[in-house]
Amino acid sequence: MTGHDIKYDTGPDTGPDAGPNAVHDAGHDAGHHAVPVRTNMLVWAALMVLTAITVSVTSFDFGFLNVVVALTVATTKAGLVILWFMHLRYEGRVIRLMVFTAFFILAIAIGFTFFDVAYR
Amino acid sequence: MSADAHDHPNFFQPLPGTKGGIASWIFSTDHKRIGMLYLYCIVAMFLVGLTLGFLIRLELIAPGRTIMGPQTYNALFTLHGVVMIFLVVIPSIPAAFGNIFLPIQIGAEDVSFPRLNIFSWWLYVTGAVLAVVSLVTGKGAPDTGWTFYVPFSAVTTTNVDVAVIAVFILGFSSILTGLNFITTLHRLRAPGMTWTRLPLFCWSLYATGWIQVLATPVLGITVLLIFAERVLGVGLFDPSRGGDPILYQHLFWIYSHPAVYIMILPAMGVISEILPVFARKPIFGYKMIAFSSLAIAFAGSLVWAHHMFVSGMSDTAVMVFSFLTFVVAIPSAIKVFNWVSTLYKGSIRVEPPLWYALAFIFLFSIGGLTGLVLGSAGTDVHVHDTYFVVAHFHYVIFGGLGFGLFGAMHYWFPKIYGRMYDKRIANWSCLIAFVGFNILYFPMFIIGLQGMPRRYYDYLPKYAEGHFISTMGSWVLATGLLLMFWNLWRGIRHGKPVGRNPWGAATLEWMVPSPPPHHNFEAEPVVTHGPYDYTGVKPDA
Amino acid sequence: MHEHRDYEGAKIGMWLFLFTEVLLFGGLFLLYAVYLHRYPAEFHAAGKDLSRIFGTANTIVLISSSLCMALAISALQRGKVLLSQRLVLLTVAMAGVFLVNKFFEWSAKIGHGIYPNSPGLLALPPGEMVFFNLYYLMTGLHGIHVIIGGAVLLYGWRLMRAGRVTPEHFVFLENGGLYWHLVDLVWIYLFPLFYLVV
Ligand code: HEM
Ligand SMILES: [Cu+2]
Repeated sequence: MTGHDIKYDTGPDTGPDAGPNAVHDAGHDAGHHAVPVRTNMLVWAALMVLTAITVSVTSFDFGFLNVVVALTVATTKAGLVILWFMHLRYEGRVIRLMVFTAFFILAIAIGFTFFDVAYR
Repeated sequence: MSADAHDHPNFFQPLPGTKGGIASWIFSTDHKRIGMLYLYCIVAMFLVGLTLGFLIRLELIAPGRTIMGPQTYNALFTLHGVVMIFLVVIPSIPAAFGNIFLPIQIGAEDVSFPRLNIFSWWLYVTGAVLAVVSLVTGKGAPDTGWTFYVPFSAVTTTNVDVAVIAVFILGFSSILTGLNFITTLHRLRAPGMTWTRLPLFCWSLYATGWIQVLATPVLGITVLLIFAERVLGVGLFDPSRGGDPILYQHLFWIYSHPAVYIMILPAMGVISEILPVFARKPIFGYKMIAFSSLAIAFAGSLVWAHHMFVSGMSDTAVMVFSFLTFVVAIPSAIKVFNWVSTLYKGSIRVEPPLWYALAFIFLFSIGGLTGLVLGSAGTDVHVHDTYFVVAHFHYVIFGGLGFGLFGAMHYWFPKIYGRMYDKRIANWSCLIAFVGFNILYFPMFIIGLQGMPRRYYDYLPKYAEGHFISTMGSWVLATGLLLMFWNLWRGIRHGKPVGRNPWGAATLEWMVPSPPPHHNFEAEPVVTHGPYDYTGVKPDA
Repeated sequence: MHEHRDYEGAKIGMWLFLFTEVLLFGGLFLLYAVYLHRYPAEFHAAGKDLSRIFGTANTIVLISSSLCMALAISALQRGKVLLSQRLVLLTVAMAGVFLVNKFFEWSAKIGHGIYPNSPGLLALPPGEMVFFNLYYLMTGLHGIHVIIGGAVLLYGWRLMRAGRVTPEHFVFLENGGLYWHLVDLVWIYLFPLFYLVV
């Protein structure tokens, strides 16, 4: 690596996160993706079904797996809400990467604490 | 300059058709004015913290009681820590110089959310006021140390409630600054300002912003839990109610270790700006420095429990966190090596900002290397909670962040005020402060190794020599710093006027007039070269 | 200064803010995880004391309110302003229902003498104490968020009426909606963790 590797080509920056200064009138809201009513309804129905599952499944005892099942269902539901209701599916790469980072850091915080509490 | 002043008033002057006055500052949405508000508040708070530290040192000059009683002593070191960490060091470079220069460096007119920006300053002021209120209300000033460890913080009768609320609000203020910078860097870069042409100061603020956004909320909930513990008797950290006090330490350090990178990364960014300018040479390894900022931000969130090796964690955790701590040292070392390589074979021009930058590199290296002594669990068992730790973090925070901040002050001073301070005095003050700093903190490594515990009001005679030298050093350091502030203060009023680019730097803030006009640029700039490309750039002073 | 209308930037800012909320609750989820690990039997016993009916009902209410919110934004984007306004009001109404339910639920528990620092609570085994303390803290913090979210949406409704949130410039409502979905998201985890722990 030399000190000169900062000279780059001058091509315009038009990636998903080029600033509005770069893409001049990107400041306008109109024409944005509107999620169809039917899709929203389907997502809602799926959430309801999953709620029913997670409640009814408690009458069986899988021992340790109970928590795993409950959290798997909850995470599926969370995924539906984030991807459709919160439009993450329709967002660019930048926002998706950001969301991933945030949850990843949370997972580390909780997970690494178990290096302590699980081995005491 | 006078023509400039008429058509384009600089940001100190009122906008045409407005009256100016105090309200045009404290309700301003101009990033430069907000940055100045922060700067002055931070300097004021720094002087307060300095005075407190000075008093602590004075008490410790000899064993036994010197100038205050033990309870006062406990309150003083708590206050010193809270003021320095939450009111000075955490906001310091980002909130002051980041606010003033980040938008200009990327060719923008302002940050993404200017109103949120002034709101965050108001939160800062509110937090500062509450911190003061906690001293004079309730049953005595908080005496827990800045770490608010349970069980003591849950049971002490002093006014911890108000202090933790202050910390909560200050945390919120810090979050808003980080959020603003991340969004601004994604959205408001001028045409041609690609990510790889971003000044390294901006890169470091970007990484810092992420830590501010992702780590600070954990501090928020932690101090809220202390509040709940005290006010509602929730008892989540109280063993008699099934709680676990060590979890408090986990939560606290999940924030507070990453927070040390909130402190140091922006200072590293400043150093990366200063060095190439005064070596007249593009920075060595631009991409590695930018990348290592992100790497530090990430790896820094994996190591928090190295503060808890002797707290009663599991042995597995001790080993894992000790190992991971060594990993963070790698990106830090990358930066130091790249800085030194930047200087190598440069045509070095020695000016005050460079002196501060060199002091930074020296002191930060000592701090970082002693960090490894602490990070390795085997040695930490012996020096944990001794003056060795105190010396370590003062070397990294004061020697690192502090000298970085002073470097930033001297580097950007002519841009902000359009004048130059007395460079000879600036050099002298740097030297005096540097010498004083080492006299003050180096003996702490030694008495720490000998076993002197931290936060103690009194000590055995065998430590008396070290403490005495240390207190002497505090006087030298204070002299250097007061000289420095006095010199800058005088420069604001009587300094020699300078043009746009007295140092011959290549980043965008040096292309606009000094002081910058209200909207920064007359026309949106188009960026065609990297931030450290000095081809054809000459100092104009 | 001319006004920036940076739609994408406003959304990035909102997401960043949501991350701070996630990590704020994250600290409490961390405590929950550790204590569940330490006191599985006590959590099981204490969880049985919570009303599964109330919990399930509130889950249905909150998920449906999220649907309303999503529909409100789609409606606004398609130019159906009046429909959007009504859907937002419906969302707020459901937030109200949720809070009323919560009120009765908490009152019942408090009526049984179970609340932080109460003699009834202190008589329980340590693990159950922790469970109920977490229950009050987490659902309480969540409840505060429901109130804030409802207030934000009401304000969005007013902006729509005043013509300041329109089919062209709807980012305020969209961000309010994001906040509301986050409130739903937190509940999606709170529900199984407190009402269904087994
Ligand atoms: C290579 C980098 C570093 C390593 C390996 C390191 C390691 C450590 C370790 C292991 C401790 C705990 C010592 C103990 O309590 O026994 C510690 C304490 C501390 N470090 Fe560092 N550190 C590093 C850099 C930094 C930086 C850059 C800062 C701040 C700018 C910092 C600030 C602190 C503070 C404030 C404490 C003491 C906290 C307290 O207990 O009050 N460190 N460090
Ligand atoms: Cu640390």
